[in-house]
Amino acid sequence: MKGRRVLGYVGFVLFLVTVWWSTTGLDINWERVMTGLPGAAAIVNLMFPPNWGYAGDVGGRLIETIHIAIVGTSIGAILAIPFGFLAAINVSRSRLMVGFGKSLLNAIRTFPELLLAIVIMRGVGPGAFAGVLAMGVHSIGMLGKLYAEVVEGIDPGPVEALQSTGANRIQTIWYGIIPQVLPDFASYALYRLEINIRAASVLGLVGAGGIGIPLLFNLRARIWDKVGMILLGIIVVVTIVDYGSAYLRKRIV
Amino acid sequence: MSGGLHNMDRLREERRSWFYFAIGIAIYGWSIYGVGFDPIDLVRGLPAMGNLFARMWPPDLAYVPTILPAFLETIKIALLSTVVGGLLAIPIILLAARNINRTIWLVYTVKAFLNLVRTLPDMLLAAIFVAALGVGALPGVMALAIFSFGIIAKLTSESTEAIDPGPIEAMEAVGARKLQVIHFAVVPQILPQFVAYCLYVFEINIRVAAVLGLVGAGGIGRLLLRDMNLLRYPQALTIIIATFVLVAGLDFFSTKLRERLI
Repeated sequence: MKGRRVLGYVGFVLFLVTVWWSTTGLDINWERVMTGLPGAAAIVNLMFPPNWGYAGDVGGRLIETIHIAIVGTSIGAILAIPFGFLAAINVSRSRLMVGFGKSLLNAIRTFPELLLAIVIMRGVGPGAFAGVLAMGVHSIGMLGKLYAEVVEGIDPGPVEALQSTGANRIQTIWYGIIPQVLPDFASYALYRLEINIRAASVLGLVGAGGIGIPLLFNLRARIWDKVGMILLGIIVVVTIVDYGSAYLRKRIV
Repeated sequence: MSGGLHNMDRLREERRSWFYFAIGIAIYGWSIYGVGFDPIDLVRGLPAMGNLFARMWPPDLAYVPTILPAFLETIKIALLSTVVGGLLAIPIILLAARNINRTIWLVYTVKAFLNLVRTLPDMLLAAIFVAALGVGALPGVMALAIFSFGIIAKLTSESTEAIDPGPIEAMEAVGARKLQVIHFAVVPQILPQFVAYCLYVFEINIRVAAVLGLVGAGGIGRLLLRDMNLLRYPQALTIIIATFVLVAGLDFFSTKLRERLI
């Protein structure tokens, strides 16, 4: 007990030292923070009122952003299904396959989406399509992991019943597992859509389509009232998608 | 007769499902058209991506010492912003928890504010701060700190609302002041969760910090962008692998800590 306590204190001191270390060597000092904060506040002031005349252009780009999120999420949600089954211990045949599936999903999740977008853009060129592909690949990582957990948590009864009647592997999965996991799969895909709407609004910062493209342009040109309009649009869309998705998820599960 | 009614209900229900299905398909068609989804482009682009990898291989290991400072900067940004965000969240957590703050309108105002903060994507905040404050690690830390603050405050205040009311009532019954109640009845119950959420946010922040440089907000992403633009592909691959190791390593470390906490 006493040992644990000492260990706790040592850990805490170590933590404080690490935090102190993280403030060193960065170009951060109180002076910059203190001059920066009023500067940022002044810019927020310039953003409002937003440029309403720009709302039409923003709307078009926002719709493209939603499209990217929808298509990217669906690609991820569909491709994640085989990965999810591969990584589920009660479906996959061998521990080796499960280990392989789980590490592959971990690896995919580790890779930042924007990095993927940059690499993919070298192949298909800049634009929304590259963003969709990056988002699709990245989404497989998290959805595959969640799917695998859903599959591992199913009721084994129907599966055993099917097996006892001599159903083959595909039939067992199709009639015994799919009906059980489909609502959870759909719910997780919707949850991923909420994340991806935010991600899609950022993709444009590297040139991969959506609202990020005019945002970057207006930030560089320092046209703050247009930046304000874009931010307002993003807030509205993200909020609507969040509420819509939460409503649908409640109805599904 | 009831059977007939039942059938009509079912028919209506069925018609409604088809209606939703059709709307879904229409939205899909529009989306696929809208993003310029083109399988031919993809097939044509694959060799170009393969070619890119061929030109990247092998990674330039002699480049590792050069990128080390930016690598460490990425870790510093992630850590510092999580700590700042967590500290900023502490007072807001108490204000946003219904069972601590009994002024209901204030609770809802704070919750609405937190929802608003969370709608803004982290990279977007970073891009705005870069435009406002100039290139460097500072805008990155500020953007991630605000983002971390939003998530930590929301998650922890929700956990706070679910704590056991017994200790609070007991303290109030003996006439303890608000701060005493918080210190002795609330903090011990939510501290492990608070730390766990901070670690969870730290895991997110590492991923973001690794790409912050793409918008000029410090860290290793800046070097990646430069090397990709200069067509220094083996160097770019070294950075990509380093990013991968960084995220995977810190992720593993943080997950282990979180498992021990709860």
